Formats: sequence, structure tokens, C-alpha cells
Amino acid sequence: MAAIITLDDVSVTFHEAGHTIEAVKHASLEVEQGEIFGIVGFSGAGKSTLVRMINLLERPTSGRVLIDGRDITGLRGGPLRDLRKSIGFVFQGFNLIGNATVGKNIEFALRAGGVPKARRRGRTQELLELVGLSGKMDSYPSSLSGGQKQRVSIARALANNPRILLCDEATSALDLETTEGILALLKRINTELGVTIVFITHQLEVAQRIFDRVAVMENGVIIEQGKTFDVFAEPHHETTQALVERFLGVAVPERLVPELPVGRLVELRYKGDHAFDPLISAVSSRHGVAINVLHGNVEYFGTQPIGTLVVLVAAIREGQRGAQDVEDALDELRGTVFGFKELTDAAVEQALDSPYGGGPRTAAQTKKTVQQEVLV
Amino acid sequence: MSDTAEILREHLGKALWDTCTMVGIATVVGVVFGTALAVVLYLTQARLFTPNRLVNTVVGFVVNAIRSLPFLILLVVLIPLIQLCIGDPYTPAGGAIALSIAAIPFFARIAESAFADVDPGLLEAAVSTGAPLRQIIAGAVFPQALPSFIRGIVLTVISLLGYSAMVGTIGAGGIGDLAIQYGYNRYETGVLIAIVVLLVLLVQLIQWAGDRLALRFTH
Repeated sequence: MAAIITLDDVSVTFHEAGHTIEAVKHASLEVEQGEIFGIVGFSGAGKSTLVRMINLLERPTSGRVLIDGRDITGLRGGPLRDLRKSIGFVFQGFNLIGNATVGKNIEFALRAGGVPKARRRGRTQELLELVGLSGKMDSYPSSLSGGQKQRVSIARALANNPRILLCDEATSALDLETTEGILALLKRINTELGVTIVFITHQLEVAQRIFDRVAVMENGVIIEQGKTFDVFAEPHHETTQALVERFLGVAVPERLVPELPVGRLVELRYKGDHAFDPLISAVSSRHGVAINVLHGNVEYFGTQPIGTLVVLVAAIREGQRGAQDVEDALDELRGTVFGFKELTDAAVEQALDSPYGGGPRTAAQTKKTVQQEVLV
Repeated sequence: MSDTAEILREHLGKALWDTCTMVGIATVVGVVFGTALAVVLYLTQARLFTPNRLVNTVVGFVVNAIRSLPFLILLVVLIPLIQLCIGDPYTPAGGAIALSIAAIPFFARIAESAFADVDPGLLEAAVSTGAPLRQIIAGAVFPQALPSFIRGIVLTVISLLGYSAMVGTIGAGGIGDLAIQYGYNRYETGVLIAIVVLLVLLVQLIQWAGDRLALRFTH
């Protein structure tokens, strides 16, 4: 399929108070017609700057932006305005005109698109129905909820039948339930109207739900891109791994840590339709070890699952033979699952300590103390 | 006391009318030209529009230069100019010209800050629709800035009312003139008190009406 958007080696440099900030460094990507392309990364990674280049709200310092294969980097004036009419933009902060009604906000875009005055109200009504807000035409934005405001801004972005919709953290200011609604709406716009969507977010829940393909950014560089499932099932770059880790997370419940019996703590990851329970019980009975499931989680990316299990493998037999049983069991697990990671003390501590792991340091310290006591 | 009533009956109407015309004309001129300057200042500063440091600096300098003169000094400086334009500067028309020239840069800064307070995100959204500059200013920036704009007009009117008394002292008429001529020069304390009360009431009324209006346009 042909690329509708191409960023070709683009960089953006800001000069601010004597400092030079490279917001985007030599980024290249292609978005295909009709897909939902996501850009994820921690805040400050340069995602917003990158997406703003697509409609030239931000001009690249170097590199080229192509829409439908046409170089638009140098567009100005009328031709640039025409291009922008075919690219909708949805913002995190909604950015509605507060002192104008919902209807007037949408009519603003229609007027920009050259829709004659007589037809604007009808079209506004149509757009409001599309986003599920008919009846709100004459309300002011201040009387709407966050989700409703975002629906208005989606309606505004769709006013001139754009082929591309850019979403900059469009759900980040919304609660979980509202986010679901907005994502469902965007998905529908994508499939029913065939609008290509570029969506940037730091929320992996969003990525998981609607992205076909994804690019991961860090410090202005695209560090990884590909099909969403592949990128998250097999993250190569450590930032992607951190993002995925935060999302799929080890998260051994803090309360449990001090109570853990002696054993080897292992995180297993599997993807696709791997049946897991039979493996656990088979390994357990084959090697005569106790396998305790401490934590389990399955996340679906589209229709494909990625599962995570944290298990504690403990010997049943005493002494050397028991230890050998555990080694054998771990070997079999290692050979069968897709991701195998033994959680050493340090790993647990790090998981609990890191901003993504959640728990306070004391929990890990507690565990250490308990283990020391056991050893004594 | 009957003198006071006599003086007020004879002169207050005309004085009030002169003040109102001077302040009215100056406000209109100040708002129109001040807004125009504010738009220039705003557009040449905003990254999304037409940043132009040179124009911004030059216009900003002129605005600041006029604003840096105390009104009384501006007035004295302007007398020859006004004389050249309309002949006799010591008339309400002369006063109106002087007030207008003071009002333009005053309001320009107020309007500029009203525009600058508009959320830059809103500008991005408006620019993203492909709207031309004029539509963005009239349809997005202006409605958002309107409440501050109205409060700015109120501030301007009240300041001009104060300045108009100074115009009065050089003989251009108005209630300031009345207060000085009778209340101060001829020791008619009653006239002075009446005018003070009138001014206090007038300012309260203008402020109240302006606040209500500003609120009406805030949603």
C-alpha cells in the first residue's frame, strides 16, 4: 500500500534563550493509507513536535514531509491552508473556543473549508450526530464534560472530510471509561470513513486497543517501529522494554513480598494462543516442584494476547536433590515460554523501586530482611 | 448655597456634555487605532503567525514612548500640533485630540495583553482548520479576548475621564474645567463637592456596566 504520510529524515531544532534544543532528530516514518499509526514514548520524547510537522504547525529544520508522495515541506499561504483542510487535528486540551457555542466551533472549521453559510448548520448537525452529540449544538463548551468536549473537537476536525486525522494525546486528559468511548469513536471513523489516523500517546492502553502499527520515540529519535503486537511482544530497545514493562508489569503485590516462601521467582511471558496452565501443572508434576502463581495478566493487542505470569518455583524434596528439581523445572520453562526472566532480589527491588513498578523501597528491603532471617 | 445651585444649573449640563464628547471620541479613536496596533504587535510576536522582530520592536517603541509621557506633559507637547490642525487648542475638540493620542497607546497595550492571554492551543486548533488569518483573529482570538477587551475599555474610559479634568485645566472645557474654575479659583466648595460626587458616581456606574457586559460574553 502507498504511504499517505512520509516523514523523510526530519529534524526540528528550537533556539530558546541561548539554548539549542533538538526536539526531533533525523526521524523517518511512513504511514499507510487507512491505518491507525501510533507514536508512543514518555513525555518530552518529541512526539508532539513530530506529529505537528505533518500539518506544518511545526516546520522541520531539515528533512522532508510528504503527503501522498508530494513534498509539502515548503508550502505556505493558500496551498498550505488547503492542505490543512484535509488534515484534522485533535488535541489533548480540546482547544475549543470557549466563548462560542458547540455549533459555532464546528462552523468555524466549515467556514475555513469554504462551506457556504446556508449549508453550515446542516453539516454541523450531521457531524454532531456522527460523534453522538446531537442536541448540543447551542451549548457552550463549559457546560460539557471532558469526553463531550473531545467529541466536539473530533467533529470540528472532521468538518471538511479530511483524509488524515492527527491526535495529540487526545485521550490523556480523560478518565478510563471516557477514553474507551473516544477510542471506539476513532476506530469507527477509521473503518467507516476510511480516515487515516496518526495518534500520539504515552498510554499503552490506547496503543493496545487501536494502533495497527506503532513507532516508539525517545529523546527525539524513533527507536523502534513496526506492527503494534510485534513491537510490544518483542521490544528491542530498552525504552520500549521499560514502556512495556510498566504496562505488562511484574507488580508482585507488595503485601506478598514479605510472606514469600523460599524459592526462585520467575517471570514468564508468552504470546499468541499458548495454553499456559497445562504447562505449569505439567512442569510441576514432572519435576516434583511446587509452582505458585503469584501474578498473572493477559493483554490483548488487537486479537493477539501477550500473557505474563510471575511464579515462585520451590523444591519439595530436601537438599541437593530438591535444588536439582528446581533447576530442571526452570530449564523446561525457559525452553517453552517466549520470555523468561528470573527475578533476583535486585530485579524485584528495581521493579518496586522504579517509577513504573509502583511500590516503595521498604517492601523490597523487607523481603531481603525476611530472606536473611530464613537463611539464618 | 444658592450660588452653587445657580452655577451648576448654568454650567453643569454643558460641562458634562463636553466631558462626554471628549472622552467618547477619545475612547472610540483609542479603541479603533489601539486595537489595530495591538493586532500588529500580537501578530508580529506570535510564532504561529507572522513573527517580525523589527516591526514589533518599532511599534512597541512608539507605543511605549507615548505612554512614558505623563499626560499633562503630553498635552503641553501636543498644543502646537493641535493648533496646527484645528486652530484653537483650548476647546473640547482640542481636548478630544489630545485625549485620543493618549488613548491609542494605552488601549493598544491593554488589547495586546487581552490577545496574548488567548490560549495558544486554541490558535493551533484554529490554524489547523486551514482558516485564513482574518478568520482566526475575528472568529477565534477575538471572541476569547472579548471579556478582557471590554474590561480594558472600561479601564480606558475611566482613565480618560481623569485625564479630561487635566484637559479642563488648560481651558478645554468639561467638568474638570468647571471644578477648577469655580470650585478652586472662586472658592465655590459646593461646586467642587458636587463634581466630586458626580465623578465618583459616574465611575461606579461605568465600572458596573462594564463588568456586567464582560460577564455576558464569558461562557
